[in-house]
Amino acid sequence: MEWETVIGLEIHAQLSTKSKIFSSASTQFGQAPNSQACAVDLGLPGVLPVLNVEAVNKAIKFGLAVNAHINQRNIFDRKNYFYPDLPKGYQISQMDLPIVGEGEIEITVDETTKVVGVTRAHLEEDAGKSVHDMFNEYTAVDLNRAGTPLLEIVSEPDMRSAKEAVAYAKKIHALVQYIGICDGNMQEGSFRCDANVSIRPMGQEKLGTRAELKNINSFKFLERAINLEVERQQDILEEGGEVVQETRLYDAVKHQTRSMRSKEEANDYRYFPDPDLLPVEISDELLASIKENLPELPVEKKARFIAQLGLNEYDADVLTSQKSLADYFEVMLESNEKNAKLCANWVMGELSASLNKHQLEIEESPVAAAALAQLVARIGDDTISGKIAKDVFKAMWEGEGSADEIIESKGLKQMTDTGAIEAIVDEIIANNAPQVEQFKSGNEKILGFFVGQAMKATGGKANPKLLNELLRSKLN
Amino acid sequence: MSIYTKTIAQLSQGLKDKEFSSVEITQHYLDRIKQSDLNAFITVTDELAMSQARAADEKIAAGTSNILTGIPYAHKDIFCTQGVKTSAGSKMLDNFISPYDATVSHQLNQADTVMLGKVNMDEFAMGSSNENSFYGAVKNPWNTDKIPGGSSGGSAAAVAGGLSCFATGTDTGGSIRQPASLCGITGLKPTYGRVSRYGMIAYASSLDQAGPMTKTAEDAAIVLNAMAGFDEKDSTSAEQAVPDYTANLNDSIQGLTIGLPKEFFSEGLDDEVATQVMNAVKEFEAMGATVKEISLPNSAYAIPTYYIVAPCECSSNLSRLDGVRYGYRCDEPKDLEDLYLRSRSEGFGAEVKRRIMIGAYALSAGYYDAYYLKAQKTRHLISDDFKKAFAEVDVIMGPVSPTTAFDLGSVKDPVSMYLADIYTLSANLAGLPGMSIPAGFSNKLPVGLQLIGNYWSESKLLNIAHQFQQQTDWHQQTPQED
Repeated sequence: MEWETVIGLEIHAQLSTKSKIFSSASTQFGQAPNSQACAVDLGLPGVLPVLNVEAVNKAIKFGLAVNAHINQRNIFDRKNYFYPDLPKGYQISQMDLPIVGEGEIEITVDETTKVVGVTRAHLEEDAGKSVHDMFNEYTAVDLNRAGTPLLEIVSEPDMRSAKEAVAYAKKIHALVQYIGICDGNMQEGSFRCDANVSIRPMGQEKLGTRAELKNINSFKFLERAINLEVERQQDILEEGGEVVQETRLYDAVKHQTRSMRSKEEANDYRYFPDPDLLPVEISDELLASIKENLPELPVEKKARFIAQLGLNEYDADVLTSQKSLADYFEVMLESNEKNAKLCANWVMGELSASLNKHQLEIEESPVAAAALAQLVARIGDDTISGKIAKDVFKAMWEGEGSADEIIESKGLKQMTDTGAIEAIVDEIIANNAPQVEQFKSGNEKILGFFVGQAMKATGGKANPKLLNELLRSKLN
Repeated sequence: MSIYTKTIAQLSQGLKDKEFSSVEITQHYLDRIKQSDLNAFITVTDELAMSQARAADEKIAAGTSNILTGIPYAHKDIFCTQGVKTSAGSKMLDNFISPYDATVSHQLNQADTVMLGKVNMDEFAMGSSNENSFYGAVKNPWNTDKIPGGSSGGSAAAVAGGLSCFATGTDTGGSIRQPASLCGITGLKPTYGRVSRYGMIAYASSLDQAGPMTKTAEDAAIVLNAMAGFDEKDSTSAEQAVPDYTANLNDSIQGLTIGLPKEFFSEGLDDEVATQVMNAVKEFEAMGATVKEISLPNSAYAIPTYYIVAPCECSSNLSRLDGVRYGYRCDEPKDLEDLYLRSRSEGFGAEVKRRIMIGAYALSAGYYDAYYLKAQKTRHLISDDFKKAFAEVDVIMGPVSPTTAFDLGSVKDPVSMYLADIYTLSANLAGLPGMSIPAGFSNKLPVGLQLIGNYWSESKLLNIAHQFQQQTDWHQQTPQED
């Protein structure tokens, strides 16, 4: 039987506010355990939450960026359950009236573009961390993370493959960084994905029973975990079994998922409006001012790259896929407006390949955007050829200096002296009579032989355009 | 006239006139507390009190004092006090030394008051007799076989018994007014949002409100001046200017329109209490007020509404008491579930557990709409009744409690106990300010008169109460001492 996969994602993006969502304690990562938990975060008797307006502003930004309806009156609820890293015995979240309503975002997979619906996005506080492997027989609780603001972004079950799910997650990941609401650091848990996965016979409308996959902290694992789950569900159904609704934890080391709890074991969270917090009222003025100050969104940037720089759809898409990549490209453009396509090629080609090879993020690139811009400018003004430029880039990567310094010190400047090239061309023509004959009898391909010989003789420095012109005129 | 019978205003004058020092009056109260068998105090903070008294005396000598400087008070053990045990009357918090001050504690410290100690209360403010305390029942100073009322029973007994000049209380369903009534003192529950709830251990967050418990309306005004105000740490506190509550005490109440809700004078009200309340109303008529019968048709639903809303909120509010970070933890838990189960089973008393269970049930999937949502709707109807009433009258009057103080141990059925708050719950559900002032005696036990005002009308209520106290001396009666 042919199966169709249905995936919805729940993404938790940690909002990059200085202090917590309901207290004034710092949100800084990696501090000594419990050093950033104040009376409110500890859930001491008598303490009360006070909403951090910055978290609200950031959630609004997200809503506007996905064209969502903003609920100008939204409400915080209590989600009640017991766990040692949940100090109050409830999490303050939003249930019936979240801050962000329905929105949408476009994804492109294998050159096909589709729209994925965003069901809602709501504000909530993060729990603390239970550490099970620090003390014998005891679990340690670190409440530094307790109260960190999260935006939970829930998608519609619109994705049909792990690839689409990853494309969507990456899109959201890029977006939250573009608009400056989340640092996107997946290792530190600032951006986490849970995937709801089900399968159904192709053509069937009714959704199959889903499993929720948790504990996925990279896009690679997201793809793997979903594919694994799809296989597991197919095996069950094809053997006549039934998928049970449950939460499953992904183990990246063993590459397997295991059941965490079934629907029957799931908590009844006894949601109700938090009486300690008033409904959040968002004024038209605030909404308008946030909208006005929203930075250029990836879709807008992409459109601009195509319209103003003449980049093709693919290039523009790749360059805007990550804020850091687009930022790098735009710094290069500052001094290279005319060479936009060349800049794009270098970022997506040589630079990306080198970064991949050394497993570096673009922010960690040994060749900074301004430095690469200089190199591209030298190609643009015919100081060096593209081929030579690759050698220069390698030297730059190794830290041997700037493009100009390397070109100078290694004497890589192109020969543009017509007289000097002409002398070389004459000599080659004189020494290779049979090849000259072939050319004259109509073998155009043999031109490459002459070019090669000339390049060899000049150490690759001959201006290719000039060389070609001279060769043609002499041979004819 | 002994020190312990003096009001804040009188003590303050005496301190100013060097008739006595704060150290002397503080010692006087500490001695009385030591000799008392009312069980009003959970913790007596002698040393702290004496050092605060010495500091107050210095301020008085330096001429930098205010009206509350050096005045000893009893603090309900529901307010967090830094470095001092804050138990909320529960075994659960018997070992809890608060690392921070509640806003109210801070305000009273700022006002240079002297804290004599933390007073007894029903566990987590759940109860109407003060019998639900881990620290034992409090006795009514007027008759030690009787309950003092609750949940601020320790506060009321301390003031009525001359163990402190004034006290703090909290009122979720009547917990200031009912004990004030049964002990013959003045108690004010302000408008919801008037006094910060920060650091006040939450019972039912949407109903809880702190207020003063004093000998007179004038004293209540003085203490409310110190307690009231917006607090950025409490999102539900109101950004509403705080007037000087003593400023209008002497205004004439000529032409005042008093509403008497017929629902407050029906079945279940003790005849003798009814008589005393009506006598007080007649007194007001004699002072130039007019009386109008009104109806609060939905007040009949106050008890069922309250007993859904309050337990729902408390079931969640008390979840933090889990034995993990502070408070009571059972011995040698087997695993996490055992830790939760036994810590909470052993740490909470029966009434608290009952309300947590009611609340958890009412909030459960499938029951939420029928209970919680329905109760919220009813709550709106109850508020609307008051809205209509206040279009016609300036103040609503009636009994505080259907009876005078009953015998310790005599009410065993929880639902009968819930009826003790039948006249006080509505004001909490609507968020309105309410007062209890002494209005007579029945069988040598005090009877209180309840005043309910419109939102933010504390000044008016205090003015009405003060004017009554200028004409009557019920508030000056003190229990006979052996």
